[in-house]
Amino acid sequence: MRDLILRNRAFAGALAMFLVLFLGYHALHPRGFSTAVFIQNANESVAIAFVAMAQTIPVLMGGLDLSVGAVMTLANCIASHLVTGSPVQMVLGMIVTLACGTAFGLMNGLIVVYGRIQPIIATLATGAIAIGLALIIRPSPGGEIDGDLNWAVTNAVFDFAETYGLADDGNAAWLQPFVNIPVPLIILLVIGFGVWIPFKRTVTGRTVYAIGSAESAAFMSGLPVRRAKIAAFTLAGFFASCGGLYLAIQTSSGNADVSQAGAYTLNSIAAVVLGGSSLLGGIGGAIGSLVGAGILRVISFYFRILSIDPLLQPLIEGLVLLVAVSLGALRTLRVKNRLELFR
Amino acid sequence: MTPFARLSPENRPIAIAAIFVVVIVLFGTVYTLSTQGTAPMLSPGYLLQQLQIGSFLGICAAGMMVVILLGHIDLSVPWTLTAAAMMATTVGGPWAIPTGLAVGLLVGLLNGFGVAYLRIPSMIFTLGVDSVLRGLMVAHTGGFAPQTTASPLMRFLAADRIAGIPVAIFVWAGVSLVIAGILTRTGLGKAIYATGAKEGAAYLSGIRTRGVIVAAFVISALCASTAGVLLAGYSAKAYQGMGNAFLLPAIAAVVLGGTHILGGRGRYAGTLVGVILIVFLNSVLSIMQMPEAFRQIIYGVVIVGMLLVYGREGGSRT
Amino acid sequence: MQDAAALQGAPPTPYHEAGMDSTTPHVALEGVSRYFGGITALKDVDFQCRRGTIHAILGENGAGKSTLIKIMAGVLPPSEGRMLLDGRPVAFRSPAEARDAGIVCIFQELSLIPDLSVADNIFIDRPPRSLGLIDRRAQRRRSEELLARIDCEDVNPDTNVRDLSLSRRQMVEIAKAISKNPSVLILDEATSALTSRDVQTVYDLLGKLREDNVASLFISHRMHEVDALCDTLSVFRNGHHIETFGKGERTSGEIVRLMIGRDIEAQFPPKPAPVAGKSPALKVEALKWEDRLKGIDIEVAPGEILGLGGLDGQGHKELLLALFGVLKGVTGRIELGGRPYRPASPARAKRQPTSLALVPEDRKTEGLMLQLSIADNLLTPNYARVSTGPLIDRSRADTAIADAVTQLQIKVGDVTDKVETLSGGNQQKVVIAKWLIDDPDVILLNDPTRGIDVGTKQEIYRLMRQLADAGKAIVLYSTDYDELIGCCDRVSILYDGRVVAELDGERLTEENIVSASLNIPGGEAA
Repeated sequence: MRDLILRNRAFAGALAMFLVLFLGYHALHPRGFSTAVFIQNANESVAIAFVAMAQTIPVLMGGLDLSVGAVMTLANCIASHLVTGSPVQMVLGMIVTLACGTAFGLMNGLIVVYGRIQPIIATLATGAIAIGLALIIRPSPGGEIDGDLNWAVTNAVFDFAETYGLADDGNAAWLQPFVNIPVPLIILLVIGFGVWIPFKRTVTGRTVYAIGSAESAAFMSGLPVRRAKIAAFTLAGFFASCGGLYLAIQTSSGNADVSQAGAYTLNSIAAVVLGGSSLLGGIGGAIGSLVGAGILRVISFYFRILSIDPLLQPLIEGLVLLVAVSLGALRTLRVKNRLELFR
Repeated sequence: MTPFARLSPENRPIAIAAIFVVVIVLFGTVYTLSTQGTAPMLSPGYLLQQLQIGSFLGICAAGMMVVILLGHIDLSVPWTLTAAAMMATTVGGPWAIPTGLAVGLLVGLLNGFGVAYLRIPSMIFTLGVDSVLRGLMVAHTGGFAPQTTASPLMRFLAADRIAGIPVAIFVWAGVSLVIAGILTRTGLGKAIYATGAKEGAAYLSGIRTRGVIVAAFVISALCASTAGVLLAGYSAKAYQGMGNAFLLPAIAAVVLGGTHILGGRGRYAGTLVGVILIVFLNSVLSIMQMPEAFRQIIYGVVIVGMLLVYGREGGSRT
Repeated sequence: MQDAAALQGAPPTPYHEAGMDSTTPHVALEGVSRYFGGITALKDVDFQCRRGTIHAILGENGAGKSTLIKIMAGVLPPSEGRMLLDGRPVAFRSPAEARDAGIVCIFQELSLIPDLSVADNIFIDRPPRSLGLIDRRAQRRRSEELLARIDCEDVNPDTNVRDLSLSRRQMVEIAKAISKNPSVLILDEATSALTSRDVQTVYDLLGKLREDNVASLFISHRMHEVDALCDTLSVFRNGHHIETFGKGERTSGEIVRLMIGRDIEAQFPPKPAPVAGKSPALKVEALKWEDRLKGIDIEVAPGEILGLGGLDGQGHKELLLALFGVLKGVTGRIELGGRPYRPASPARAKRQPTSLALVPEDRKTEGLMLQLSIADNLLTPNYARVSTGPLIDRSRADTAIADAVTQLQIKVGDVTDKVETLSGGNQQKVVIAKWLIDDPDVILLNDPTRGIDVGTKQEIYRLMRQLADAGKAIVLYSTDYDELIGCCDRVSILYDGRVVAELDGERLTEENIVSASLNIPGGEAA
């Protein structure tokens, strides 16, 4: 156990920070811990958490994806048209939404690998394309999402079961331990762990880490470098579209908001760093970014319960980010050969 | 395959971008001739007006280029610009412009410290500084558009004309001369290229690379704050989010001008051409009353397309 | 010529095991040559290696050993000649193909990925899988087995490679190699970074592999290792395969002389008679840094060329970097021109009243900015020198550049060309020239002639002597013993972060350098 913590120092630190902040929030909350607040928290964290996971994979590779917020917005707008109607239509709509985002990520990967354009610039440009497409699909905010779905997915397990008449409308005895868990949290964890952990355990996933850590050694060892780069951006597109889809269901609408897309992209980078991944690549993981996104969100929750002037909120958020990354920089003070700083 | 093959790798993107600018102007002219029977894009008055608007972006891009030459990036431009504008209008009077520039100096020093001394990736550190500045300005203004107005000098520099030519263009030209002069004529400029090309080798050559990095971020922030002061003068006041529209176009202009995003390569003339390209592209799209959606897509396609062309022509892009 | 020629002329020596001659060698090279541009790294080499043997390859730095094994391991194709595996011709296009054929090489430069775990690294390219996913439990178990086989039970397979010591990393590299069940295992200086305990483990492992009928090719500079371990020894010199013989057939003195040879005498400028009593330009006492420098004492006077010799990795690079202000936490006393000097940064080192210059180890990443022009590279240490106020004075800059190009006879089309368009020799001249413009008093050179052609080498030798005659003090680290003997007035031999011998005058011979480098008590090898 001690080994495990030591090996994942950054992740453990992020998790500890999150737990302290989260527990502190509920301790300070005027009504104490309540399911309603917990569900609300979870709902507000899903989109940024998905986008942060999306950002993680290119970052692990030593790159950056500036289109994640835009792809999320695009998926959000597509979903606002398609996730309605009969159950089959809704499921198909969700699949189409995710497929579009994934395809967009694939395009990013192909441009980076075969066009030999630096990821940051390539995705800056494709991000604009994604926003443009989103604006065409949804020129003004709006859309329609199945009301039952919205209710079921943005509440507790009990409400989900009740909505769809599962497990005796949620009253089945075996379900009782779980009834108060927010559905958004389950979605996040299932998709996060269900996709990320297996990916990490493929040769492609491992190659993503190897590229970020030592690209030439990865190549010398005969690893599939190109395939891994394409896969990284594709998976980023998938996670981003998961975020967009959830946002559509949660808000029952699509909104092609350019500045919101930019804010999501930038916050995703912050979440990745707070979650313990290195922007230089090779270190970290999507689960850490989940926690990082949680930290960002919890900080903003504090403003609701503490009588802090809401005008100070952006300032405090910015300061927390700066202090957190500066703490991570302390290791440079231990470097004894200054040439190592330049690599 | 083309005459571009003879051009050096630095000049090739500039030539291609310049040709593309001509293509844009011709296209716009043909469009207006066929739809309205006029050719506004060829009228000097219209061109000068476009360049006046473009001068804010041009000044931001000039500073951004210096940082990108180091292989870094400055994401704090939007709120450095806004903060400078807001503080300048708050102070007002003769001290308005020095105050705005002082904001830039402080931000540049902070960015430089974080990147050069703490060695935090510029991507994340300048992002944090941007949030802090936004927070400070929100706290300062209460989140509303400030009621203060620009000083007469700011108005003059941004909105007046001398001999029919907007003063803002002179300011842009002045900033351009200073930046181009620094990059080509001073030890600092040479050190910026050297540090961007290989920081380790520059360090072993006795260059104080940390000082160079700080200087570059100071230049970038000073440019952003200059643009902010001008933009406040142009609009007669400062407002929330006034810098947001400048970050990505500035980066795009620098890259389209042939500056390598990983540093060490690029000429200031390229950045100028890149800015003009973006400004004219914008005006053609405005003339065509292109919806925002298609504008975004066209931007993206132009950037990717041009970089693909540069890469194919150059062959040595790494 | 005498001894070596006699040895060379000797009839082929039979292999130590009678009967081995009749079987087909497992790997054979026939008439293999390899050129790099104009440089010949290997010339018409015939070489054989058999299963069930441990085969040492000996030679000086630059003898062609590394090229030989790179060809065998599929990293480089031969320029001429062919390679046979069990009698069939093979032509590997990548290390992966060689590996599939059973040839696995442990290179000097580690191929491990620092941020992945030990187990991940051992099975990096073909991990055990279940249901298409990496089976981490099986990977961990098999890693433990492999690590146990090389007595590294203390290495946790879940540890990141970054957190291991250099010696442990090297052992992981060995575990990675044997996980592939090679029929030929090539160890290129694989033991140089190992602790003595691990060295013994590797010996035992090689013994076991011999029983399993594996051919092990072993490159090492440690003579006692070779003695203890190998069945067959092959000596290379200047790209030629000189001789192969069995264990115990030659004394270590004979082997050293075979390695040195006498064929190419580089043209070194004459050395002046030593002048005693000059106060040193650079004086270093008890210099320590981390565990790499353990108390170094050297001094060098104006007009003197001090050589640093010894095996790779004994602290030479660190010594030069420490003097130039690159390393943090250096202790000891340093004087420059009689004044105490505390290194803090290269910028400060070059501004001392008695100023320093460093020609670094890797000219491509540390010496030059390859994508910048020759002129810009030449100016990097000299902006202040050619500027008036903040502005660079173009005419002064052009003059300085033109003078430097002329002084070093750098062959350039145009000084605005990128420096990457120059040949290696001319690139190295640019690195030296940029510092000469700065007019330093003490010049530190880290292996300046490595990988450059003979003509340019001789120009650099003459230049160093001219600089010394002009009153500069020069510290030259070289991996080429000829160079140390031909150029230097004195040579300090480093071993494990200490100066173990100081050779000058009569005592400055190749035998003495080799003996001291191997830390054999003086004279034993001769």
